[in-house]
Amino acid sequence: MNAGRIRLRQTLAFWGPLGLMLAFLLLPFYWMVLTAVKSRQELLNTPNPWWSFHPTFQHIVRLLTGTEYGRWFLNTLFVSTGATLLSVTCAFLAAFAITRLRFRGARVLSTMIFLCYIVPPTILFIPLASVLIDLGWFNHLWALIPIYGTFLIPFSTWLLIGFLRSIPRELEEAARVDGASWLRIMVRIILPLSVPGLISAIIFCFTLSWNEYLYALVYMFSSQNKTVSVGLITELVRGDVFQWGQLMAGALLGTLPVVLVYFFFVEYYVAGMSGALKE
Amino acid sequence: MGRWFDAPNRLGPLLVAPTVLILGGLLAWPLVLGVWLSLTDASLGTAGAFVGLANYAALLRDPVFLGAAFYALFYTTCAEVLKVALGLALALLLNRRFRFYRITRAVMLLPWVAPTVLSALAWEWLLDPQFSAISWLLVHLGLIHGYINFLGETWLARASLIVVNVWRGLPYFTIGYLAGLQAVPRELLEAASIDGAGPVTIFRRIVWPLLLPVTTILVSFSAIWTVTDFQLIWTMTRGGPLNATQVFTTLAYQRAITGGNLGQGAAIAAFVIPLMVVFAAFALRATREHA
Repeated sequence: MNAGRIRLRQTLAFWGPLGLMLAFLLLPFYWMVLTAVKSRQELLNTPNPWWSFHPTFQHIVRLLTGTEYGRWFLNTLFVSTGATLLSVTCAFLAAFAITRLRFRGARVLSTMIFLCYIVPPTILFIPLASVLIDLGWFNHLWALIPIYGTFLIPFSTWLLIGFLRSIPRELEEAARVDGASWLRIMVRIILPLSVPGLISAIIFCFTLSWNEYLYALVYMFSSQNKTVSVGLITELVRGDVFQWGQLMAGALLGTLPVVLVYFFFVEYYVAGMSGALKE
Repeated sequence: MGRWFDAPNRLGPLLVAPTVLILGGLLAWPLVLGVWLSLTDASLGTAGAFVGLANYAALLRDPVFLGAAFYALFYTTCAEVLKVALGLALALLLNRRFRFYRITRAVMLLPWVAPTVLSALAWEWLLDPQFSAISWLLVHLGLIHGYINFLGETWLARASLIVVNVWRGLPYFTIGYLAGLQAVPRELLEAASIDGAGPVTIFRRIVWPLLLPVTTILVSFSAIWTVTDFQLIWTMTRGGPLNATQVFTTLAYQRAITGGNLGQGAAIAAFVIPLMVVFAAFALRATREHA
């Protein structure tokens, strides 16, 4: 009896604060889902805003049929996939060269790449605009792929350098003795062993590109070239009229892909997050 | 031919070439160009003439800019302190074996993973002056009488944005601290506890000192992102009401892109560079010591 009470108190002392924290952390997502299915009437007048009594899919249907949301979604998918592929490839080649080849300047280069990781878009977006105008890349969707490389490559290189350092050298040394070229060692030995690190890098690049806003906002002005975040804010908010049902439906659909990718690879994501702290 | 490529001093530079090309052309060069632009009166479409430090001098006399600099630092300081405190608290709670550990940790990370603009939109709607569900709840609990205009009044808006920033950054700190806590040697804790040290003493004398390097890393990276934050503030208040929540990035965007004054925008952005250097030095030193 007494022992049971103590256990109950311990459980409460643990789940009480944890429950509050989790409620705070999940609140906006609950709100997104709830608003997306509320009817127009319910959005304006309801006995209890924390619940939907007459759920409906009208906002989602209207978003997908009456706006360019589908286009923005595909644009975001295209840019995120392209930027991820480009960046992880560049980063793997660079990380291999820096950790394995020990060529002249490799150390300086790895510090430079770390510094690039710290330079925020805030400092870059204005001068980069004039570079893009000179290059004729303004308002071309594909231009976002190399642009996103400016923050994805430093991060992935850093992550992969840490990962590649943990792969023992014995294997490649044996292969060198047998006469294998460095390129062969990279493709046949290091690449297969790097798969977990590459998965972490891919997930991070994908979620970071999907999340990007400032560059897409400044450089893509035609509606057909916008990404989800930019399109929602610039085209669905007309003047002061917020179409909250549609906006939250769009926010929900735009959040789902990253969340799905994340839930499939949680362990890699967390490993990447803690790994990035170490090196 | 194959042999020629196999020399590290030839193959190495070749493999890093794509990275150097992208970072050099789209990051290093714009960085230099930005400093040059800040010394000109360039506007969107015209190259502009050299004006020396005129843009900087004008900004230092501009109350809107000084307000933005103030709020950027205030926002960052408050948010970092709260993220350290709450992140550590949450990590201490999670640092034990319990049922649902994996699912709790996975769910806990969602604010960090979800696209910021989209979750900021949800917050904006939650804090709406007329339809806020939070105000509704507080009214029904009898804590307040009228709805709160969270994003429409100077200090309320400033505080609300800090809360949302903490909401988004908390998981990053929690994961960092969890990794830090798991690296604390168990023998050390057991020895201290055998010697009669209570949990508070153990935390203050053993755990916290061991967590200091992690804290430095977490705070320096997070401070860089927070002081240059754009998405969250731009989505929720656009720097308003009456410039109360203006920060470096939102003001640079308004002056350079909306207003077309590239030179002044670049000068606002350039004020961030010294801050960057300081944080970068901290981060670099801490990561090297930590490794």
